Amino acid sequence: MSAVAPASAVSARRRRRGRRATSRRADEVRTAFAMVSPAVTLIVLVAFLPVLYTIYLSLHQATVSHTGGFVGLDNYSAALRDPVFTEALANTTIFTVVSVSIELVLGLVVALAINEAFRARGLLRASVLVPWAFPVAISALMWRLMLQDQVGIVTYLAQTLHLTNNPILSDRTALMICAIGVDVWKTTPFMALLLLAGLQTISREVIEAALVDGATFVQRLFRITLPLLKPAILVALLFRTLDAWSVYDLFWVMSDRRLESLSTYVYEGVRVSQLQFSTGAAAAVMVFLSSIAIALVYIKGLGARAFGDEG
Amino acid sequence: MRARIAFHATCALIALAALVPVLWVLKMSLITRGELFASPPTLLPKHLTFSHYDTIFGDPDFRRGVLNSVLIAGTTTLAALLLGGLAAYPLARLRFRGRTFLMTGILALAFFPTVAILAPLFVEFRDLRLLNSFVAIILVDTVFALPLTVWILTAFFRQLPPDLEDAAKVDGATTLQAFRMVIVPLAAPGVVTAGILSFIFAWNEFLFANTFLFDPAHQPVTVVIPNFATQHTIDYGAQAAAAIAVTVPLALLVLVFQRRIVSGLTAGAVKG
Repeated sequence: MSAVAPASAVSARRRRRGRRATSRRADEVRTAFAMVSPAVTLIVLVAFLPVLYTIYLSLHQATVSHTGGFVGLDNYSAALRDPVFTEALANTTIFTVVSVSIELVLGLVVALAINEAFRARGLLRASVLVPWAFPVAISALMWRLMLQDQVGIVTYLAQTLHLTNNPILSDRTALMICAIGVDVWKTTPFMALLLLAGLQTISREVIEAALVDGATFVQRLFRITLPLLKPAILVALLFRTLDAWSVYDLFWVMSDRRLESLSTYVYEGVRVSQLQFSTGAAAAVMVFLSSIAIALVYIKGLGARAFGDEG
Repeated sequence: MRARIAFHATCALIALAALVPVLWVLKMSLITRGELFASPPTLLPKHLTFSHYDTIFGDPDFRRGVLNSVLIAGTTTLAALLLGGLAAYPLARLRFRGRTFLMTGILALAFFPTVAILAPLFVEFRDLRLLNSFVAIILVDTVFALPLTVWILTAFFRQLPPDLEDAAKVDGATTLQAFRMVIVPLAAPGVVTAGILSFIFAWNEFLFANTFLFDPAHQPVTVVIPNFATQHTIDYGAQAAAAIAVTVPLALLVLVFQRRIVSGLTAGAVKG
């Protein structure tokens, strides 16, 4: 064998290697599609196509068992004229704005506390995870027990302190305040964990530099921590706002169906009232579109960086 | 010094706010009916009794509900891990067109308002005679557990050194073989994290279960209990016991795996 291979042999070998590389690329692409397709098929069938079906239903005269003629936007105007729907819309808006705002502030406090704590960090983190682990329906039930007028500790305390004399569970305003309270109790931990993850990416050096310059806690918070935390705050707000916007379990279980939300309205159209089926579909489409709008506002706030794509 | 005290007071307050309500309901579940109605309420229980737990575990609907929850959440977890793991690997490792689009589409599901598809799914399941069946609920729960598992597993697969599969491929393994023989065995920690979070998600899911399942023979315990509460309206002790009994397994999972849960929940969320 000569040490120098003839030119033709080299190029042939290169071509072979090239072919092998291309076939490996093709194999990779084929495998990639084969591996993602079961999940993607299910997602399209169970989540995305049904949205189109909901839009279709919302434009027709429909009941659960029969879809009639095309009615344009009649179901939408009917929903908007329905006092139950407008109340649901108002309740959901108030609930979302108030509970998410409170959760942001408290979540930040909890995140800062866990971030600063050294010895008690694990203990603190474990204790805030307990409310998070509660199923929403069960936490609603648990708080309903504490709000109950005969055995409820909250009612007892409220009456002793002369805050109210009425049974909380039969007063809608009180129920709304309590629903917000329960949501804050249950989901502040989630907010806090997302913010904590953001806090941990802020380098110690920046903070220490500020300390050397004699910045106070408040200065550090508003000049350094919060601006650097902005992406984490927006992601946390995105999660929480959309979650609160489709509140269902909490209202349903806690208020014994006295508090309406957009989601309970849609649910009733499907399971409770035939008359509400079409307007319910219209309401469902409105929930869907408004959720997209909310998401877009936050994503715009996050800047052009695409979501979830780190690769 | 004042700052230190304020800090410790804040920490204590946070822990108390999180735990006291749970402890109070635990106490309600362990005291007698008489003590439950005492006014003013007793701070610490005078007599401990397990009679409320006897009541709920004596109720066949409740027992059935617990089993159903285990079955639904368990199967959902396995299905989501399988489908999510398969999808996460190419999303993490392979180059192909449409990857970003797919990833965004799957993650968008995490923000999806599920009521938006309640009516069509109800109609479809009725036509397919799947209403009031485990198949229906496991199917939808699996789909909505996917963003979580895909997200966590993708982040996890990206951390593994690519040399491993490259070595396997040089030895002649196909992409799928490299995934199965090299990556899957190494992925156990990521799978555990994704599995716990899927399980908690499915255990806590309420809207779908309350819509598609009509009778206690199929309902998970989260749906059975509020109905149980309307039947046994006066039995507040039993309601408290039920709330505690359903949450204990989750609380234990959380305490044992808190580090994993926190890292799983926040995987990728930070990068935004």
